[in-house]
Amino acid sequence: MTQFTFWDIFSNLLLATRWTILLSLVAFVGGGVLGLILLFVRIGKTWWLRRIVQGYTELFQGTPLLMQLFLAFFGLGLLGINVSPWAAAAVALILWTAAFLVEIWRGCVDAVPKGQWEASASLGMSYIEQMRHVVLPQALRISIPPTVGFSVQVVKGTALTSIIGFVELTKAGTSLANATYESFTVYGLVALIYFVLCYPLSLSARILERKMNAAHRH
Amino acid sequence: MQYHFDFTWLATYWPVFVDGAWMTVRLIFVGGVLGITLGIYCAWARALGPKILGYPVAVYVELIRNTPFLIQLFFIFFGLPSLGLRMNEVEAAMLAMVINLGAYSAEIIRAGIQATPKGQFEAGSSLAMTPVQTFRHIVLVPALQKIWPALASQVVIVMLGSSVVSQIAVEDLTYAANFAQSRTFRAFEAYFVSTLIYLALAILLRFALMWLGTLIFSTRRRAAR
Repeated sequence: MTQFTFWDIFSNLLLATRWTILLSLVAFVGGGVLGLILLFVRIGKTWWLRRIVQGYTELFQGTPLLMQLFLAFFGLGLLGINVSPWAAAAVALILWTAAFLVEIWRGCVDAVPKGQWEASASLGMSYIEQMRHVVLPQALRISIPPTVGFSVQVVKGTALTSIIGFVELTKAGTSLANATYESFTVYGLVALIYFVLCYPLSLSARILERKMNAAHRH
Repeated sequence: MQYHFDFTWLATYWPVFVDGAWMTVRLIFVGGVLGITLGIYCAWARALGPKILGYPVAVYVELIRNTPFLIQLFFIFFGLPSLGLRMNEVEAAMLAMVINLGAYSAEIIRAGIQATPKGQFEAGSSLAMTPVQTFRHIVLVPALQKIWPALASQVVIVMLGSSVVSQIAVEDLTYAANFAQSRTFRAFEAYFVSTLIYLALAILLRFALMWLGTLIFSTRRRAAR
């Protein structure tokens, strides 16, 4: 029987953390791209497309991420695609992240004062020019703190992928806890690693928010 | 490949889903009530309380907000028994939800307290109220009213997040889907059904909380007149 020292546990957890980070990045970047595409539909001029995106966000925000993971895992299988837990996790997390980012970013576009639209329209700008030169640059500025803040939710969301069998930090923790019977140490360490990943993100979101607010006061 | 969806098994297994949904409702009721209560105390400690209380509360809030709920649950259920704190799976799930919601609602409620105009505190002290009386009778309810929609969203998020308690064998709605799919091998349909029930629960819970909000805050205003 193998004996696990504290450092064995710690180094194994750190190795698994790679996958948590990689999956978080994939989900965040993929979700960001999809979210951006959906954002343009969401603030676009076709009402029924807007409705569809609205329904999409409500569906993904109104159901548990765990269910979405299960449905992606078993649903993609039904389509005849042989899915690994990794692919199902990535697909579900991208769809989930996009649903939240669309809503966050839509709020930022809405927060751009109406006068900005009117002013740019009075300069004879087309809808695309208004977006490109006036509205989106301002919305982008407002959107940075909440977007960074949401990335914390993405990192924490990846923990659920352990349930469909993707081996990342949480799954490694479960396996190690079962092998060593030292649940307190193992889960304590896992929590600590998640904290080290997430806290800088939370903190920078807060600092960014304070900076932007300071700029607004002038 | 052609797949035929089959929901006929629901005729036999629907009671499992009803029981599971009922467990989820019970969890969020206890978690919601105790969690918001804990959140109010923590928000008071951080916004108005003595520093010696505020600092540990800040650490608690940051620790919970920056770690996954699943890990908090595992830590409570599998880790704490080694300190001699043993509880059954439902108690562990409820404790985890209370601690989780407590941290999130503390931050939300704190924002409400800090948005209270300074004159309210001065008015309280000019009526010879102690700081605690001022908080209890003057500040708290309007502060809750301001942030009630955000608080309601957080309760819904915690309810949806509670789907992971099936991992420590709590017989909730997700457990019902796991159970049904292991007997019928209709995995997609089973999770689809429970997803729809979760969606319905989320919508109902949001309505219930908004209704509760108007009830609390409107009667308060009437009583004050």
